[in-house]
Amino acid sequence: MDVEALADRLRRRFPDVAVARGEVTVVVDPEEVVAALTFLRDDPELGFTWLADCSATDWPDREPRFWLAYHLFSMEHGHRVRVKAGLGPDEPHIASVTPLFPTANWLEREVFDMYGVSFDGHPDLRRILMPEDWDGHPLRKDYALGGTGTQYKGAFIPPVDERTV
Amino acid sequence: MSTGARSVGGDGETLADIREETMLINMGPQHPSTHGVLRMVLELDGENVVSVRPVVGYLHTGIEKNAEWRTWQQAVAYVTRMDYLSPFHNELAYCLSVERLLGIEVPPRARYLRVMLCELNRIASHLVALATLSLEIGAISVMLYGFRERETILDIFEMVTGLRMNHAFMRIGGLAMDLPDGAVERTRAFLELMPGRIREYEDLLADNPIWLERNKGIGVVPSETLLALGITGPVLRAAGVPYDVRTASPYSGYDEFEFDVPVRQAGDCYARFEIRVEEMRQSLRIVEQCLDRLPDGPVKVEDPKLRFPGQLSVGEDGIGNDPEYLEHIMEGSMEALINHFKLVTQGIRVPPGEVFTSVESPRGELGYYVVSDGSNRPYRVRVRDPSFVNLQSLPPMLEGGLVADVIACVGSIDPVMGGVDR
Repeated sequence: MDVEALADRLRRRFPDVAVARGEVTVVVDPEEVVAALTFLRDDPELGFTWLADCSATDWPDREPRFWLAYHLFSMEHGHRVRVKAGLGPDEPHIASVTPLFPTANWLEREVFDMYGVSFDGHPDLRRILMPEDWDGHPLRKDYALGGTGTQYKGAFIPPVDERTV
Repeated sequence: MSTGARSVGGDGETLADIREETMLINMGPQHPSTHGVLRMVLELDGENVVSVRPVVGYLHTGIEKNAEWRTWQQAVAYVTRMDYLSPFHNELAYCLSVERLLGIEVPPRARYLRVMLCELNRIASHLVALATLSLEIGAISVMLYGFRERETILDIFEMVTGLRMNHAFMRIGGLAMDLPDGAVERTRAFLELMPGRIREYEDLLADNPIWLERNKGIGVVPSETLLALGITGPVLRAAGVPYDVRTASPYSGYDEFEFDVPVRQAGDCYARFEIRVEEMRQSLRIVEQCLDRLPDGPVKVEDPKLRFPGQLSVGEDGIGNDPEYLEHIMEGSMEALINHFKLVTQGIRVPPGEVFTSVESPRGELGYYVVSDGSNRPYRVRVRDPSFVNLQSLPPMLEGGLVADVIACVGSIDPVMGGVDR
């Protein structure tokens, strides 16, 4: 299926399907992500059996603020699709897709670590890249790039320009 | 000594009691065979691995965050430092993403040179995988040979880009500069040398009883499990799935080259070794085709509003700013100077949008999800690093096996922690 045919096929099931730069994007409500990904995975014509990536972007001035992006690939048919869902600014949470795609386990942990998005039903939702007692979520846009102190296991080192020695 | 055979440790302790105890062993993050700062918490029942919990993040440097604060072109110098054994694949995936956002195509010569550098890089990376694994399980001479040949590739890279690693050589819209004099001959000489050397590794390892004992039938994971866990690269192809991004979704003109995607059915560490050796041969084929069909022409896009203006050339003291170009902007043309100043300080603007671009790195599918809000900096650079995802295969690979096989299995996944932790 080429990109346009794939988009037409998806429009039969989803109202919000867009094609840009040769990529198909489906926007769904956060409550529908599990149902949408199950449909995409199990429909034999689509066959999106492989989750390539799950990530997020932060748009502080937009409503919803956090946008999750799931990138699916069909090894059988060779086509790709992106599924997006937006979450509100306060205590963002969404159903985990790890039961559908076990590969999402670490990918969702990384989104949780970097953006503070919780995944309901995730088997092991802990920070993965930052230390477990870290304060804050570094990839949020309101998290400064520099000038933050170093925290690790209860120890704290002030930022470079505030150190006395 | 009183109560006979059932007494083991005194005070009524029996063999059955002792076997119920498991031991927690912390392997890493500082351990010679964890390929960097990988930490594994192993639960052992005697010599058997009951469970394994990989712990990552010790090398986290916030590269994705940093990229959001630099211009589009500057970010290349960051992404090249992630998976430090395959810098060119990171640069290529990032540049392809930005080029797709801009809607531009690089000139054919740049496309061919990019493929050539990536395939040489694949050989260098597989050599490290082979060399470190053999060192870890005791075949030290192979380590020396592997690093020797890798050094000849790094010499070519140094000649072409000025650096052995972390090249930052690709530009949005092409390459920093054309090949210097003698680079083609040097690469040809390497193509002559390498097939014999690959045969040497096989002679040393393929019939080596210790190598076979440590690798055959070790770390077998069925392909369904690997697919569910998102594992790609040699690990997946060794289990019978012929998935390679270069053929599944060709990029940078890979569909113009003839090469095979090697596949094995066994799914063990030995099959992964065979895949890597065979892939080195296929990469040599691709490099040869690049050199044979290398088109003439520029290595950057023509559009002066997009093309990175700095010009490099090889002088007597190595690669540096091109004197002719410096004279042109400093003495010749005021407009060229203004354009140079604008593009270097502010950089280009990229139209809003998002793309997901995958390339086949030596470790598997390397995906870049790049988002632009229309400004002169990337809004988001998300990297789906194959090492990160592939480490999820450690529990099914190790659990139920022996603790001695942990080392062979980690080596056969070939994780690069710079890519895992980013």
